Parts: sequence; C-alpha cells; structure tokens
Amino acid sequence: MASIPEELHYTETHEWVKSLGGGEYMMGLTDYAQDQMGEIVMVEFPALEEFAAGDVFGSLEAVKTAEDFYAPFDGKIVRVNETLEDEPALINEDAYGKGWLIVVSTDDSSGFDKLKTAAEYATFIGE
Amino acid sequence: MLDEIGVDSFEDLLKPIPDEYMLKGELSLPPALSELELQRDMAVITSRDTGADHICFLGGGAYDHFVPSAIDHILLRSEFFTAYTPYQAEVSQGTLHAIFEYQTMISRLTGMEMANASVYDGATAAAEACLMALRVTRKNRILIAGSMNPRWARVIRTYLDREGFEINEIPFLENGLLDLDAASSLTEGGAAALLVQYPDYFGLIQDIEPMAELIHSAGGLLIAAADPVALPLLRSPGDAGADIVVGEGQSMGLPLSYGGPFAGFMSSKLKYARKMPGRIIGRTVDRAGETGYVLTLQTREQHIRREKATSNICTNQALMALANAVYLSLTGEQGFREISTQCFQKSHYLYSGLIGIEGVEPVFGNTPFFREFTLRFPVSSVEILQKLAEMSILAGLPLQELGEGVMLITATEKRTKEEMDAYINAVASICDVEVSR
Amino acid sequence: MKTVFSMSSSGRMGVSLPALDVPPSAELPEGLERESGSIGLPEVTEGQVMRHFIELSNANYHVDKGMYPLGSCTMKYNPRQNEDIARMPGLAGLHPLSPDAMAQGTLELMHRLSGYLCEITGFEAITLQPAAGAQGEFCGLMLITSYHRDRGEGHRNEVLMPDSAHGTNPATSTLAGCKVIGVSSNDRGEVDPEDLRRKVGPNTAAFMLTNPNTLGLFESKIGELTSIVHEAGGLNYMDGANMNALLGVARPGDMGFDVCHLNLHKTFGTPHGGGGPGSGPVACISDLERYLPDSIVSKDSDGRYFLQKPDRSFGRLLAFHGNVGVLYRAYAYIRTLGADGLCEVTENALINANYLKEKLKGIFELPFDDGPCMHEFVLSGDRQLEKGVKTLDIAKRLLDYGFHAPTIYFPLIVHEAMMIEPTETEGIEDLDSFIAAMESIAREVEEKPHLVTDAPVNTPVLRLDEVAAVKELCIVEPRVEE
Repeated sequence: MASIPEELHYTETHEWVKSLGGGEYMMGLTDYAQDQMGEIVMVEFPALEEFAAGDVFGSLEAVKTAEDFYAPFDGKIVRVNETLEDEPALINEDAYGKGWLIVVSTDDSSGFDKLKTAAEYATFIGE
Repeated sequence: MLDEIGVDSFEDLLKPIPDEYMLKGELSLPPALSELELQRDMAVITSRDTGADHICFLGGGAYDHFVPSAIDHILLRSEFFTAYTPYQAEVSQGTLHAIFEYQTMISRLTGMEMANASVYDGATAAAEACLMALRVTRKNRILIAGSMNPRWARVIRTYLDREGFEINEIPFLENGLLDLDAASSLTEGGAAALLVQYPDYFGLIQDIEPMAELIHSAGGLLIAAADPVALPLLRSPGDAGADIVVGEGQSMGLPLSYGGPFAGFMSSKLKYARKMPGRIIGRTVDRAGETGYVLTLQTREQHIRREKATSNICTNQALMALANAVYLSLTGEQGFREISTQCFQKSHYLYSGLIGIEGVEPVFGNTPFFREFTLRFPVSSVEILQKLAEMSILAGLPLQELGEGVMLITATEKRTKEEMDAYINAVASICDVEVSR
Repeated sequence: MKTVFSMSSSGRMGVSLPALDVPPSAELPEGLERESGSIGLPEVTEGQVMRHFIELSNANYHVDKGMYPLGSCTMKYNPRQNEDIARMPGLAGLHPLSPDAMAQGTLELMHRLSGYLCEITGFEAITLQPAAGAQGEFCGLMLITSYHRDRGEGHRNEVLMPDSAHGTNPATSTLAGCKVIGVSSNDRGEVDPEDLRRKVGPNTAAFMLTNPNTLGLFESKIGELTSIVHEAGGLNYMDGANMNALLGVARPGDMGFDVCHLNLHKTFGTPHGGGGPGSGPVACISDLERYLPDSIVSKDSDGRYFLQKPDRSFGRLLAFHGNVGVLYRAYAYIRTLGADGLCEVTENALINANYLKEKLKGIFELPFDDGPCMHEFVLSGDRQLEKGVKTLDIAKRLLDYGFHAPTIYFPLIVHEAMMIEPTETEGIEDLDSFIAAMESIAREVEEKPHLVTDAPVNTPVLRLDEVAAVKELCIVEPRVEE
C-alpha cells in the first residue's frame, strides 16, 4: 500500500501539493508514483520562471521510464530542491520529505482547492 | 498443426481479413530461381556495373580505401550479423562490448568524451547533431558552412524542415576558407550551432578554433563534421573547441557498395549525453560483480519517451560500427596514421603533377588540403571524364556549380604512383591538344 | 572479458601497407598537426584482433543459434546466399557518385526491386532510400505534409495513432513537426472507429496504423478507418512492421492506405546485424510520387536506367541512395521465393503463431482471444505476477533455456505483455521446445519462483545492474595516463 498523507492534496499526474501559506505551495512526487517508476536517477528542473496550469515543470528519469511533472495551476517558481540533482533517489527514499521537488507561488488559490484529497487520490490509483 | 489450432485449413486463419481486402489471384512476380540461377542472374546484372572496376579518383563523401580481409571474416560471424539489437544484455555481450570499444575509439579519435553507437550515415549524423544543439541551447537557428558537402546540407535541411527552425549559410572566400567576418555577423542575436566540415567538401583544411570562439560567444555549440581519415594527422576537433563531432565511418573499413550501408558517428562532450540521439552502451556489473555492458540512458529513446524522444532512430548501423571498431583495431595508432599520411602525400603528388600542366589551375589557390582537391581544367569535365574512362579511370566529380571544367579529385592510399602518372599524362595530352588547337 | 585497449603494446599493427611510393614532400599547416601516438587507438596484431572479436562473438545469442520469438521484430533465418550476393564485386566496388552509365547493373536491380515491392504492397511509386523503418516513417510523413502544403493545407499537423503504436511512430511525428493524437483501441484490441471519428478534423495530416496491429490482430474495420480519415482530408500511413502476415495475401494499397514503409530486415530476410543496418523503403500512391526523396531510379525509352529527382521532392534522407547492400539481399530473397514462396512465408508464419498461441494460452493469460491471430500474439504475465514473478523474470529465465526472450512490456495496452512472433522459419520441433520451456517456467513460478527471479544463470553474465549503468555512467574506456 502506498503512503498517502491525509493533509496533502494530489494531482492526476501523481504530484502531491502542500500549502505553505502566503500563496506558496510545495510539490513533490507521490509515494505511489515513485514506487511505479523504480529508482529515480535524474531530475531535470524547468528553465521557465512563470508557468500556466498543465505546463511541464521538468522531468524525472528512472532506468526504463521517464515522467514529466506538470504545473497544477498558474504561478511562479519560488525554488527547486537542488539537492535532488546530486541525490535523485531521495524521491524514492522520502517522497513527502527530503524528496520534495519544487516550491511555487500563485495569486489564485482556486487551482489548489480543486485538487484531489487523499481519499480521492487513493480511489484514483485504485487503493 | 492445423488440428492443434482447431481449423481445417490455412484459409480459416485468414478469416479476420475481410474478403474485400483479400488479394484476388497471385502477385505478379518473376518465377522463383534456384540458388545457382540466382547467382547467374546476379553475375549478369553486376557485370553492368562497369564503374566498379575503374581506378577510383572519385570522392565527395565516399572513398576508395583499403579494406583488410579480417574485417569481413568477423562481420560474417553468425554471432554478430544474425543477432538482434542487444535489448537482452545477458545474451548480447559480444555486440555490446564491441560497440563500447567503438564508442571509445570514436571519442578518442575526435577528441571527445563520449560517442553513441552509430546513426545511419554521416549526413544524418550531422542533421541529428543540429537537432541536438537546438535541444541543448533552446535556440532556433543553425549556421552551416557554405563549404559543407551539398548532399549533407540537403539532408540537414530536410531534417530541420519544420516551423520555428532557421538555417543560415556562411559563405566562403575566394581561397575556399570560411568568411569569419560573415560568420561573426551571422552569430549576432545568438545561434544554436555552427556546423563546419573539417576538412571541408573541397578537401580544404581550416583551423576551426576561431569558429568555436565565435559560436560559443553567441551561446551556441560548434559541430564539426570531421573526416576520420584526416584525424590522425590533424588536431582533433575536440581540442580545437568542438562540442559535437560527427562524420562518416565508410572510410574506416566499409566497401563503397554504391553508398550504403555506411555508418554515421556522433561524439560529444559528456555533459550533453542526455541530449544525444540513438543508442548508447554503458559498462556496469552483474549480480556477481562481474563487468558487463548494457544499453544505457534509454529514457532518451523512442521506445520509452515516445513523442518526447531525442530522436526517432531505432535500428542503427551496428554491424558497420563493428566494422569500424575492427578496422581501427587492425590499423591502430600507427597504421591509421600511416594511411592518413599516404592519403595526404599521394593527393599532393597528383595535385602537383596536374597543376604543372599548362592551363590547369587550382580553384582555391594554395589553401592546404587533405586527400581531395579542386582544379579547373581548360577543357570540359565531360571530356576529362570520357578520355580517362577509356583508360578505366574514374577521374573525379565535376562541380558544375563552380564553373565549367571544375572537378573535385581524390587520391587515397590505394592509388599508386603509376596510376597517378597515367592520370597526369592523360590530362597533359588532352590539354596539349587543346592548347595547340 | 578484456578490452582491446588492454592488449595494446607499442609497435604492434594488424594491417600491412605498401611503402609510400611518392616523395613525402607535402607538409601540414603549422599549428594544426596532431601529435603522433596521441590518439589512444590500440596497437595489436591481426591474430589478437581475430581472437578478441571471436571471443566477443561467443557471448552473443543469434538466429543461427536458436529461436527469437520477438514480437514485431520478425527474426527469421537469413539465407546465406544473400550474404555472398551483397558482396559481389560489381556492388562492393561501386562508388555512389559513379556516372549512371557505369552503374547500370545496380540501378537495374534497384529498379526491379522497386517494381516487386510496389506489386507486393499494391502501390504505384517507391523510394528505396530510407535506411531503416523509423526513417521510412519520417519519409512517409514528409510525403504527406508536402502533399498537404502543396494543396494549401499546410496547417494540417496532427498525426493520429492508436495507443498500441510502436514508439517510433510518435517520435517520428515530432521529428516531422507534427502533433500526436492518440486513438483508443476497443475491447477487441482494434482501433475504435467511433473514437477515430471524434479525433479527425481539419488539422488531420495522417493516420498511422500498423496492420496487423501490435496485438497481432488484423484491423477488421480497416476500410471504415481509412475512409474516415480520407473524408476528413487526411492520408493513411501504414507501418509495415508486420507485413510478414500479409505477403501475397492482402495489400496495404488495396485497404485505403496511401503510404507504407517496409522493413527489409524483418519481412525480407535480411540480417539484423546486432541492431542494423536495416532498410525501410517507402511505397505510395501516385499522387505522392512527385514528393519522393531525391533520387529515384527510372528507366528511359532505350532501356537505360538513371537517377532522377522528383519535381517536388521534399529533400534527401541520406547522403547517397540507401543501404544498397541490404537491397541486394532483399532482391535475392524475393527472387528465390517468387510469388508462391512469399505466400508460403505468410502461411507458415500464421500457422506457427497460431500453434504457439493455442499451446500457450492455457499457461499464460491471453487478453485478446477472439479467433485466430495473424503472425504474432500477445500474452500477459499477470497470473505469474500474482506469485511475485514479473514478465521480465520470465524473459530472463527463457535465456537460461536457450531461447531469446519475446518482446516484453509492449504493446503498452497489455499489462505484463509478452509479444510472441515465431516467424515461418522455425520448425515444429523448435516450436515444441519453446512451448516446453514456457511450460517449465510456468511450473517454476508455482513451485520454485526464485529460479525465475534469479535468472539468468546460464548466460555469459548474470543479470546486469542497469541502475548503476545510468548512475555511474561509463560509456567509454577511460584513458590510462602513462
């Protein structure tokens, strides 16, 4: 069973999103998705500073799979987890902690509110 | 077997095909031949390839070099030529290990840090390199030397023929060398890459370091399309500042075969490995800690990344890359340098003899060249070609675009003094008649 | 195994060259010379080279050793005569820029082969230039986009394809500047005409389809599918990867397709060479002929063959005329089989595949089981996965039994997929041995699963660490500094 923390929000593309307050949100890859991908060997972060919902943020690479991660709503990039560039496997080891990917900011919180709850995400992945 | 399948006849297996799409009647093909009849048929057909037994001074992207016998004996091993792509690494160590060595040799020859496992030919390697530079730099413009092989330039234009990409050509000067002032102004506003041939289409040798500086200051990469046979003698493109090096592997142990199968090589700096197209072999260990080889960085490729892959290439030219590796092993450090030296010296011998004839002029003055040079004859190219063909000599490649009587002439290590003297004497007598006329 | 570099010893050479017979008077331009001995190529004898590469060859599986049930790869026996034919001096020594008059033999062969392939596919025109299937796909999409552009419909940039498509199809669409639009398969594993109807539109450039599809099923509504696309103004492209199921039986040109590529290294018996060279000729309807790549082989009224650039050619794919050595082999293949022989190829390919399917479907799940398959079929390892054994493990265990693995995890629409294509050149004894191996592995999964998950053990190396290969990237032998 994949871990799906109650307090987080989720996307259909398997990102988790946590509100940090002040319009800032932290994002990462869900435990379920990291398990499906296998050991992650590379993280590539976006070159863009501003983005629209659905834009590709960057990509994650395992040995036999590569997945893009997507912007859940319009906003700006605040910071990225540069540690992952040297230690991408942190995503596998600690998907909701040290393996966070990116912090973004947005003026409009309605995008965040539309994301899935833990229960909805669990149903979505069939657990 | 039909019983086991549970059908009465083969026709029952064709039921999924709607009747209207079944072929009515038989394919119209010539009757089947036995092996012996086929050999007879082929002997007749290939006897009409009269060019094959001519003494070859023709180059322009394919060269008549010596091919040591050992190569074909290795290529004819079932273990290599009837094997599939090495996706099941545990039973493909032969191919994987050999191509790893190929990658190493190509990297060293070009002065780069890595190489891929081959692409279709030198021209597609150049085109893929341009696409790679566009990916790396996220810019949209490529500068191509005007002295690039025109066939390669056509392939590049075809591969880049889509919205958003732009190609500019850098002109060359009267001496054949690239116009650096023009290149400099073309780099304004930034460009993804500058692609230069080294030596160029006309055989001319130009220092590429100033071009590297130019394009680097514009935020782009230098792509060198290098002639591998020149590289034992010439400063490596990597040393001169190239970021990607591509080229045609035919000169390293492959027969002319009317243009294929050849093999394109691609090498680059290590930091661009994830933007490289095609297969890459990597070294690793097995469960017991023994060294082994696998296809690596596969997430770049079409079977995983699909529409976001670095290229659509799947099948490459693996067996030809193997031939290159065997060739470079056989010739080695010294032999390959000797072959390079002989190409250099012999082409200069022929060149000196020809420009000693009244009316024969070098097109690009005394610009240094390698293996291949461009001359203007006082008579038409057609006349030169015809007269020399009577002596079973393929005299060279007419370059109509540079004017009447201009030809690109090549001398590899295979050409003898005797053959070259015959060439010189024949041209002398043609020109002599012309002068006295 | 040692590398050739580790055997190097200064002064050795594996090739003998005549002495330079002209005065060495020329000098390289100053500053551009490379230091002698600085490249890092090995210095070894011919004997060492032979031993090294023969030792390497022993670590390869290959068709002459045993069966390759690789779905969609069509790993059939490669007739030996074809190797000799591709090495005939008339071809081997022929420079690609020889005047046409001096290359009449090879041009004639190419012209004849063009005619045969048009007849086999039911099309009017063809190029032999593409070096492989993926380049054939690119060629096909370039023909299609050129056609639309010439009709003032350059905006058509959407390529539709089913979710079961081979990875080259979407990758090629991107290369050709097009957008990929997915079309769903129905519960029978075929393209859903209703979904196709929803997806076509004024931006449709092409519909790309492999037929039989990657499940080994003939698209029974093919006429309806191709009509939907035509009515929307698009063209139909057939990926000919699976032509081994149709030789002499049915032709893409008769099904509403406008373009199709062939893989000579699959269907026409030319060897795979450990990953290439291949050859991917592209045949098309006459409306597309004028866009074919420069050059195609034509014949004049005096019976002379010549190379000609089509008037609206989209460009070039290679510096020269294609993998001509591969074309020679394919020509020989077709000539020795004739029309009847080609039909028999398909007949035996279908019988072999259906025989395997019937024998294996009790042991492994067969997700799409709706009557006979064509030349291949797709099993699922789901039942075995419940025991903790992945399809990858089964594939590796097959290596221990002396077989190559099937194509695995493809097509993507089947979970734990194993795609099996025996080809026509395997005899019943070989098929039965393969069935016995699969039965035995299925038993091992039940009784001793570790035998399967630990596999392979009878191979030159054990299972290799692909994660380490990516993380500690080593793609060239490091230089040893002296």
